[in-house]
Amino acid sequence: MTRFSLSVAMTLALAAPLAAQDLRMPADFENIENETERSAALFEEMGKVLTHPRCLNCHPKDSPTQGDDMHPHEPPVIRGDADFGAAGMNCTTCHGPENFETTGVGGIESIPGHEPWSLAPVEMAWVDLSLGEICAQLKDPERNGGRSLEELHEHMAEDGLVGWGWEPGAGRTPAPGSQDLFGELTRAWIDTGAACPS
Amino acid sequence: MPISFTVNGEERSVDVNPGTPLLWVLRDELRLTGTKFGCGIAQCGACTIHLDGMTRRSCVTPISMAEGSDITTIEGLEGPEADAVQAAWRAIDVPQCGYCQSGQIMTATSLLQQIASPSDEDIDNAMAGNICRCATYVRIRQAIHDAAKTLEG
Repeated sequence: MTRFSLSVAMTLALAAPLAAQDLRMPADFENIENETERSAALFEEMGKVLTHPRCLNCHPKDSPTQGDDMHPHEPPVIRGDADFGAAGMNCTTCHGPENFETTGVGGIESIPGHEPWSLAPVEMAWVDLSLGEICAQLKDPERNGGRSLEELHEHMAEDGLVGWGWEPGAGRTPAPGSQDLFGELTRAWIDTGAACPS
Repeated sequence: MPISFTVNGEERSVDVNPGTPLLWVLRDELRLTGTKFGCGIAQCGACTIHLDGMTRRSCVTPISMAEGSDITTIEGLEGPEADAVQAAWRAIDVPQCGYCQSGQIMTATSLLQQIASPSDEDIDNAMAGNICRCATYVRIRQAIHDAAKTLEG
């Protein structure tokens, strides 16, 4: 490769959305002939999003975590009876309807926000689960908010708080790919039988 | 375009950049300086106010979010819980330097409005985001318990 073409390639690579390169498309799995195996592989690709800190931080067993290293939330907060923090210190004490850019003091570039903002219910906790266990949980209406697979697709593809994961504000790495692509993967996973990885 | 809201029962309107933190509007535009700046990143609680009856860190609240809302600051805090908290605060001299205390009182009042007889755990959970550099935490907790007892009658 010439120096010129290498530089063009590097420029294009840098110009393209980095996150969009991190998630493969459903078509990339068409070479897997066995449908169940293809479905499980599609879910493993979805798992890149499901196990990303942008998602896991608010799908804890107990208190939420923060940052790409998933450190304990600061200031300390609790889940609370309504998954909305403690009386006197709810999630919305600090989190507004939109991300809020700070001056960057203390290395905190923005306070994340969305309407609504709360933890996922405890039955939807994913932290410390294997991908197969998360998959089984997602398919179980007892543990997925009573959703059918179609409703699950709608949640993944269109829910605003899920979508926040790709627009997390300054100082946070977005979830891989895009919500549209995540929705397409979910669609393909369901259409191939919603198989779970072992 | 002016942004209108109610502060301590009075209709107010300001014409500032919609991204301006509510804290700066309260302090610089409306001269309500009881609400303090501590960190600017919702880590310390010194800027706590009540927005539509809920605690809110005003340093990370864009004024655009306040449109049509009902804001209470330490200057306008009133009601049985607020009175009991302030009396309890005075009775055992909770403040040392006092800088964080308006935020502490705003949160403590909100807690008592929601839980009449809070446990130590309730208090710790509610107050965890209100930092006191003088470490008056033991007196804060005691004063909240005292205020709760007062409210029991």
